[in-house]
Amino acid sequence: MDKQRRKFLKIAGATALAGIGAPALVRLSASNALASEHEHGAAEGHAAEAAHGAPVEEAPQGVRLGMVIDMRKISEQPELLDGAIAACIDAHNIPQFDNRKSEIKWIWKAPFENVFTGESSYHLAKTVKETDFAVLCNHCDDPPCVRACPTQATFKVKANGIVAMDFHRCIGCRFCMAACPYGARSFNWQDPRPYIKKYNKDFPSRMRGVVEKCNFCGERLALGQEPACVEACKGTGAIVFGDLNDAQSEIRQLLDKEFTIQRNPSLGTKPSVFYIV
Amino acid sequence: MIEKTLKGKPAYWIWLAFLGMFMAVGVACYARQYLFGLGMTGMSRDVSWGLYISQFTFLVGVAAGGVMLVLPYYVHDFKAFGKITILGEFLAIGAITMCLLFIMADLGQPTRALNVVFHPTPHSMLFYDMIVLNGYLFLNILCGWVILTAERKQVHPPKWIYFFVYLSIPFAVSIHTVTAMLYCGLPGRHFWLSAIIAPRFLASAFAAGPALIIIACLILKRVANFDAGKKAMDKLVTIIMYAALLNTFFVFLEVFVGYYSNIPGHKHSIEYLFFGLEHHGHVYNNLVPFMWTSVVLNFGALGLFAWPYARKKNEFLLGLSCVMIFIALWIDKGLGFVFAGFVPNPLDEITEYIPTANELGITLGIWATGFFVVTLLYKIAVGVEHEIEE
Repeated sequence: MDKQRRKFLKIAGATALAGIGAPALVRLSASNALASEHEHGAAEGHAAEAAHGAPVEEAPQGVRLGMVIDMRKISEQPELLDGAIAACIDAHNIPQFDNRKSEIKWIWKAPFENVFTGESSYHLAKTVKETDFAVLCNHCDDPPCVRACPTQATFKVKANGIVAMDFHRCIGCRFCMAACPYGARSFNWQDPRPYIKKYNKDFPSRMRGVVEKCNFCGERLALGQEPACVEACKGTGAIVFGDLNDAQSEIRQLLDKEFTIQRNPSLGTKPSVFYIV
Repeated sequence: MIEKTLKGKPAYWIWLAFLGMFMAVGVACYARQYLFGLGMTGMSRDVSWGLYISQFTFLVGVAAGGVMLVLPYYVHDFKAFGKITILGEFLAIGAITMCLLFIMADLGQPTRALNVVFHPTPHSMLFYDMIVLNGYLFLNILCGWVILTAERKQVHPPKWIYFFVYLSIPFAVSIHTVTAMLYCGLPGRHFWLSAIIAPRFLASAFAAGPALIIIACLILKRVANFDAGKKAMDKLVTIIMYAALLNTFFVFLEVFVGYYSNIPGHKHSIEYLFFGLEHHGHVYNNLVPFMWTSVVLNFGALGLFAWPYARKKNEFLLGLSCVMIFIALWIDKGLGFVFAGFVPNPLDEITEYIPTANELGITLGIWATGFFVVTLLYKIAVGVEHEIEE
């Protein structure tokens, strides 16, 4: 029990804004019912403490947030993915350009053969062939983009494994874009603001000349909310999010049960996004 | 010594004005890019580096090529290079100036460039590139200036300067090695992920740099009455020839590995460069004519170099073969190498890159700036040379 509490507390601590959302964060970890029954008070206290910079005891491997995308469900209801993408665009003020050259994408759709370039797409099952897959940043455990960045403007959040960006430090050298083997990064080739369809004042818009990508909704986690794409698919199980290091978490139970694949695992980046095909 | 740049024949001033014109165009184009963003260029989400970074990569090589004069002269005491070693050092200064300008032109947020210093990041290869490039620039300014001053006073250069001269040799190798490491350590970019990139870069650098120096010497002989000497030129040709042969050999090895292993990732970029890549019924082949031009020029130049009459008796043919090899290597490294690395992209999609006019304006402006710097420095070097002769 104690161990579990610590786990989700660490997510809270990591996502910083603290106190506010601790109870809701229970959802991210283990056995929801148990945690929410017993731990509310304590959780709030601890999360507040974490936010003030007090050290949080480290569990053996720490929290590593990850995602399982169940393509079986998305192929049955392709509109789920459209909803997830729309939710992400709204949540993050992602500009919509009509030319491919300037595109900014955090989560988007692509055919199997483009997403899994190392896998054979010879005589692919019909449903797989006809379904668009969700593509987003893999939040690698060993991210090449972080290795390449000369200013640490992109970095791995130690407490939860999210590969995050500091838009104010980025010098726009685009080394991370060359380094990312998943094509997950976009660059603001021009001022994106006029191209934001619906402005969300809770998330900063970017300026021209910086790189951006999926942030696993770090800002929403901090408020105790699920990532926007996960929330958009709520109740369907199409996208499951949680701590890969927590044996009791929903995501781990799913991973234990189902056969999953990752994009280009041979590169040693250890992606945190899994697909059930 | 700077005063030597202020006196010259009309041709000198016309040349400077000609370069100045391109520099002005470059500044105007850069102002537009600065105000709008890098969307002014032909770069895209898929081909996220373009002409700026490819010119940077090529010019690091030209800068490193200067060491092919420094090393024989200072380490092997090859006296014939005595008169032109300074040209190698000054060429390096001009080339590094261009490199730094190209990097600045490529940054999305140029005003934040110093973040590389404020947040030093030893796991990023760009961090080391910054150190070695600036270090090499400093070393060449220091060594070039001190040695030229001593020469002018007709005294031996101070002993301490030799420490920096010798230090500049590994620095020259390091600038191009680190530049190669920017590329060859990236997972998922098959074309770049090859251990031969650094040696290949060095080989092409040791051909391109000296080729430019021979061209400069031939021009200086006509316009400034400066004779580098037959022996020095012959030796330079030998160096260019071996370096260019090695580069050709390394490129061939890449082609062999790609095609014999038949691994698609290893083949695609090479196929894109030389034959065009077919994708969903469309053949993408922007770079094909350039690459074959490079091949023809490369072998043509090697043939001319191998012909004793052309390299020893006929200055026109010598100059021509140097121009040919320089252009061949520029296409190979200054265009093909960088652009093809992005084709296909990590999702096996193809986007071709075509630079915009504005981008070309900036690129030409920076090249003109480099030539401007080199012209001034060579004016000084040649001026000192004449002063001693009098």
